[in-house]
Amino acid sequence: MSARFDAITVGDALPERAFTASNVSLFLYNAAIWNAHRIHYDAPYTTDVEKHPAVVIDGPLQGDWMSQCVLDWIGEDGALVKFQYANRRASYLGETLKTVGRVTAKDDAAKTVTMELGVQNEAGDVIAPGSAVVRFGG
Amino acid sequence: MPSMVSDEARSWIGRSQPPIHMEVTRRDIQKYAVATEQRQQKFLNGDEAPPMFLFGLLRPIVPLEGLGPDGIARDGFLPDFPLKRIMAGGTEMTYHRPLRPGDKLIATKTLADIQEKQGGTGPLIFVSYDLTVETEDGEVVVEERSTRIIR
Repeated sequence: MSARFDAITVGDALPERAFTASNVSLFLYNAAIWNAHRIHYDAPYTTDVEKHPAVVIDGPLQGDWMSQCVLDWIGEDGALVKFQYANRRASYLGETLKTVGRVTAKDDAAKTVTMELGVQNEAGDVIAPGSAVVRFGG
Repeated sequence: MPSMVSDEARSWIGRSQPPIHMEVTRRDIQKYAVATEQRQQKFLNGDEAPPMFLFGLLRPIVPLEGLGPDGIARDGFLPDFPLKRIMAGGTEMTYHRPLRPGDKLIATKTLADIQEKQGGTGPLIFVSYDLTVETEDGEVVVEERSTRIIR
């Protein structure tokens, strides 16, 4: 039935992907979600007033990148049913972030796969942990 | 230690915001898909919305004078606490189906719980919200539980 589901094993790693936000991509993201918080586009304000070292990469944008780690892995073979994330540490314009994931459980009856996810900074620290459940078609 | 959550604040538990009405458009999905560097054509074409598209769809559109000098819209859906610094906690979403252009949706947000905890750097208040997104026919499309941390 679903060769794709059958081939998945607990411990499998999801393909990693690197994201490097730019001033332009951050501006477009905040315009798209209608967010005017100045820490995402106004560098002097961000450092002088809110005392961040640089323009801040939005937490939910990192959540989106993490969800893409799952979506691009399942393609049309399954559907995302649960997705959870938390932003633990800020990251800043100029950093390259990496999305990672690993299969942690598989339910043969429900045809679901559970995975843990993360956004890592360049030092390899997980700054945003997450998890997801995907249901595969049968 | 005296509670940081007054009876008035506690009375907010179970309270809901007025429902938000939203319409999904292909153009909004396309903008979001480009800005988030989506790779799948169905998202870039705007045939289907990426799961996190909902986050932007729910953000309030307020007049310019409703934005503070920091650019943030003042959020009325939070009781008054002695702690003032607000941080986003976690978010957990359950998806029943993807959002598509033409969807007319109604979102209802309820303040579900308030918890006090002792953190490493001082007291913390956790406020959690339940959000239900449904069609005008009552089909539940997405459910979300989110938490804000106040310190």
